[in-house]
Amino acid sequence: MSAAAPPVIEIRGLAKSFGANKVLDGVDLSVARGESLVVIGGSGSGKSVLLRLVLGLEIPDRGEVVLHGTPADARLRARFMQDFGMLFQSGALFDSLPVWRNVGFRLLREMPAAKARERAIASLSRVGLGPEVADRMPADLSGGMRKRVALARAIATDPAVLFFDEPTAGLDPQRATAISQLIRGIVSQTGATAVTITHDMRSVRTIADRVALLDSGRIRWQGPVQAPAGGLDSDPDPVLRAFVEGRPLDAAP
Amino acid sequence: MSALRIFLRPADGIRAVGRATLALVGLVGAVAIFAARAGAAPGYAPRPLLEQLLRIGWLSLPVVGLTALFTGAALALQIDAGGQRFQAEDVVPAIVAIGMLRELGPVLGGLMVAARVASSIAAEIGSMRVTEQIDALVTLSTDPMGWLVTPRLWASVLALPLLVGVGDVIGIMGGWLVGTTTLGFTSQAYLANSWAYLESWDVVSGLIKGAVFGAIIALSGCWFGMRASRGAVGVGRATTNAVVAASVGILASNFILTSMFFT
Repeated sequence: MSAAAPPVIEIRGLAKSFGANKVLDGVDLSVARGESLVVIGGSGSGKSVLLRLVLGLEIPDRGEVVLHGTPADARLRARFMQDFGMLFQSGALFDSLPVWRNVGFRLLREMPAAKARERAIASLSRVGLGPEVADRMPADLSGGMRKRVALARAIATDPAVLFFDEPTAGLDPQRATAISQLIRGIVSQTGATAVTITHDMRSVRTIADRVALLDSGRIRWQGPVQAPAGGLDSDPDPVLRAFVEGRPLDAAP
Repeated sequence: MSALRIFLRPADGIRAVGRATLALVGLVGAVAIFAARAGAAPGYAPRPLLEQLLRIGWLSLPVVGLTALFTGAALALQIDAGGQRFQAEDVVPAIVAIGMLRELGPVLGGLMVAARVASSIAAEIGSMRVTEQIDALVTLSTDPMGWLVTPRLWASVLALPLLVGVGDVIGIMGGWLVGTTTLGFTSQAYLANSWAYLESWDVVSGLIKGAVFGAIIALSGCWFGMRASRGAVGVGRATTNAVVAASVGILASNFILTSMFFT
């Protein structure tokens, strides 16, 4: 009998403060292979900081991130980064490069430019954008298109682990739904492991296999979206209920 | 109690000096590590280097040329006016040439490029910092030092001596223009007089200064850009700091280099 595979990502006791502001205070969380985890929480609850700590963009005050069963130091993280795709909240497209070079940024290091361009255009079509946008500059695109281009860049190399930071932020409801469905579709098709940060409950229901609620620097609740009891919509936790129902914590349900 | 306070004040002062010294040493060390990493970061590609050479070198040529032209012309007028006090008007061409090559060409050229390029680098990299583009580079397995800093550093180190060389020639021509049109020199006499007292070290020392100033300009822009805090205010502050640091760095290092080269 073979031992169970370790989680793709395991977060152990992660803490981070900025000056006197304690953002994370001992977060424990794990993500299994092929799972789509969505971390929810109010604005300023530290969701994005958690993602940045996992990616090594911030250094934790204490705790550790374990990738595929091995504590992640800089070298290991650099190796795994090859297999990560990240969609930033702002898109973070490179202003000085046309769309196809943004999407094919990683590919350009691995193959000739013509082939990378072809792959970039294929990636654009997966997010519903035609080849006519390939030579446009990011500044010429609408917010929704920029988000799609950023998504195309994140999936261009078919990474095994995808991170999405507020993928629907700043989009109108139709575009937000379209992006959420795109993400769900990509995760389902590729079997990738996905970690999404959002406070958009419609997006949560579309994307998530499992949800974790970050509150006061810790994971307050985690569980499946749908379950006869104890799921996102049925658990009686008052903070979770207030967040899911979109009402102030002290207001009556 | 007051005696104790008097006793404690010098100690507080010493502590403050100690803290400031440690902070300064820490900063110098951090900048040195930054410079070393920038010089040798992986990810070298000829295309970004050529793009930066064009932006830093070629596009700075008009401002450096105009600065040198007017400086050489004004210098000729000043030396002539001063020289008249002891009948030494003939030295105008030689002093303009030596002054431009050793000091004014590199320093004024460096300051003009600092204003133009250090600000531009800091604003560009600072904007990338605050819009998460630098984080995106990391997640795309790309070292931001190699991608952003190294090409700018080497382009600036290579471009500045070329700009200084061109500025030197234009500055001498500025002096020649004034000398031949208002100071009574013939063209041949002015140029011969300029050439007669020049030594190769006059030229080489100015070019070396240019390379050092190029490094200071690029490192200032990149250092402050990479450390820009969030928001437009952070980018604005980074831009200002980069120009101030580059300008002070140029003037201070010019003094040190002049002391090393000519004393």
